[in-house]
Amino acid sequence: MTPTAPAKWGLRTLAFGYLGVLLLAPVAMIFYKTFEHGLGPPIEAMTSPEALHSIQLTLLMVAVAVPLNTVFGVGCALLLVRHKWKGNAVLDGIINLPFAISPIVVGLALFLLYGNDGWFGPTLTEAGVQILFSWPAMVLASIFVSLPFVVRETVPVLQEIGTEQEQAASTLGANAWQTFWRVTLPAIRWGVAYGVVLTTARVLGEFGAVTIVSGRISGETETLPLFVGRAFEQFNEEAAYAGAIVLALLALTTLLLMSIGGRKAKASSGGSLPAAELAVSTSTTKEGS
Amino acid sequence: MDAHPASVPPVSAAPRAGIRLPGVGVGLGRGLVVLYLSLMVMLPLAAVVDSSLSSGLDAFWRSVTGEQAMAALKLTVICSLIVVAINAVFGTVIAWVLVRDDFPGKGAVNALIDLPFALPTIVAGLTLLTLYGSESPIGLNVAFTRVAVVMALAFITLPFVVRSVQPLLMEMDREMEEASTSLGAGGFTTFRRVIFPNLLPGIIAGVMLAFARALGEYGSLILISGNIPFDTEVSSVFIRSQIESGNVPGASAVSVVLLALSVLMLILVSLFARSGPRGEQGILARTVSRVIGRSQVGGGGV
Repeated sequence: MTPTAPAKWGLRTLAFGYLGVLLLAPVAMIFYKTFEHGLGPPIEAMTSPEALHSIQLTLLMVAVAVPLNTVFGVGCALLLVRHKWKGNAVLDGIINLPFAISPIVVGLALFLLYGNDGWFGPTLTEAGVQILFSWPAMVLASIFVSLPFVVRETVPVLQEIGTEQEQAASTLGANAWQTFWRVTLPAIRWGVAYGVVLTTARVLGEFGAVTIVSGRISGETETLPLFVGRAFEQFNEEAAYAGAIVLALLALTTLLLMSIGGRKAKASSGGSLPAAELAVSTSTTKEGS
Repeated sequence: MDAHPASVPPVSAAPRAGIRLPGVGVGLGRGLVVLYLSLMVMLPLAAVVDSSLSSGLDAFWRSVTGEQAMAALKLTVICSLIVVAINAVFGTVIAWVLVRDDFPGKGAVNALIDLPFALPTIVAGLTLLTLYGSESPIGLNVAFTRVAVVMALAFITLPFVVRSVQPLLMEMDREMEEASTSLGAGGFTTFRRVIFPNLLPGIIAGVMLAFARALGEYGSLILISGNIPFDTEVSSVFIRSQIESGNVPGASAVSVVLLALSVLMLILVSLFARSGPRGEQGILARTVSRVIGRSQVGGGGV
């Protein structure tokens, strides 16, 4: 149906009006506020010792949580796809659980395990191990919230590639490791990479879960999102905006990577991967117009 | 649990020959996976359930139905319902414009739709505050009001309906519309009788996902809502306030309710998405699974 001209302009006005009021104008405004007085103030705000420490800690979260969830994700995807097992459906449900849970509940859950009155808290305290209100609990929170991404992105790719090439490799005398590294991994690499990008983005920006378990000790247990929140609450708006812009730019980079990764996956698979469809919907909706 | 939605499609295919887990025995691999999931996910959740019931079912019920808890839950549910209604309408319009209309910069606008999904939640709240907070350059200050709660929730759930409807709209058969028009139906009749029924499953799925997400939202509200008990305090913020004031069992009880609600929503949406033609492989099921994955990037709890 080709709408009449007035209908078309009416729909456009509604769509852009809503997007403008809710999304575009506020995003433009935060960029304007940050750079209102040039590049100097935000750079200064981001190079304060506290800000630098929060960036460091955020990177530590990524450095621990992302590799762990990636190895787990690929291994788990292999198990789910290649090995039929009664427990697979349950496993699948549990893997997706973190996506159903409010971040604040994740924080509470870890608090209950590792707090002073928690299940493991007293034993760990006796052993001199500090988990809650310290970086290990923050890492655990990051792992929890970002756990499903790699599995979810890898499973469809594994199903897609089938086993013919792997069979050929083993017929030719490759052992399991060789087959995995030389055949399987290269074939699923875009799916895995896609999952890694999403995992990283989530860990970088996580607020709710981390805020509960961190104790929010400034300069000690503060990731960049926590730094932004506290800076704003303490009326240090310059620092809050600067931190927010860093996170916003990372989010935009993620969107860009998602669209590139999706296209690559599409090119290498003939276009039936979820990641590929995703890129189609973000970059080439023209097909439908 | 097995009805849980997943992009992880069912592992129904018979196990094929070829390599499997390299180097490690299957049993060992499976053991490690189960151990990891238990330590990282199941144990913490068990602790929440355990804590919520630590003083018995009566105490659980009292915590959930307490005045402040109820006020927070009511606010959360009502605001979420308002937000999904708004986004159902505008999301469909936006999807329509992005698929059927043509204008310069369409690709960029389309990519930006996902920004609320990708933006860390704390940044989302702060972003809205710069324009609609106390220093609003247009003199519109909604901070610390219920309007702010609705606005923040509308922001973070904006892409759900758009992304759920878009693929359906792209796949739609133009011939039906043309037939309808050539039989004399006007634009609106064609929309109502032909297009809308085709898009409805996408709208419903998007609305359910957005509702589930809005129920547990925390980060984007913390700065903008003011967290005023009995006024702008939503359930997630109530949970935090209970943790901080030492009422951990109360916090756990409300958490269990939130948890049950969002798991239920996800199960429903997954059943709904799979009920369409071609089940798991149908366009709706694949769309829902993809939207769930992407919606988690900036902050979560679909």
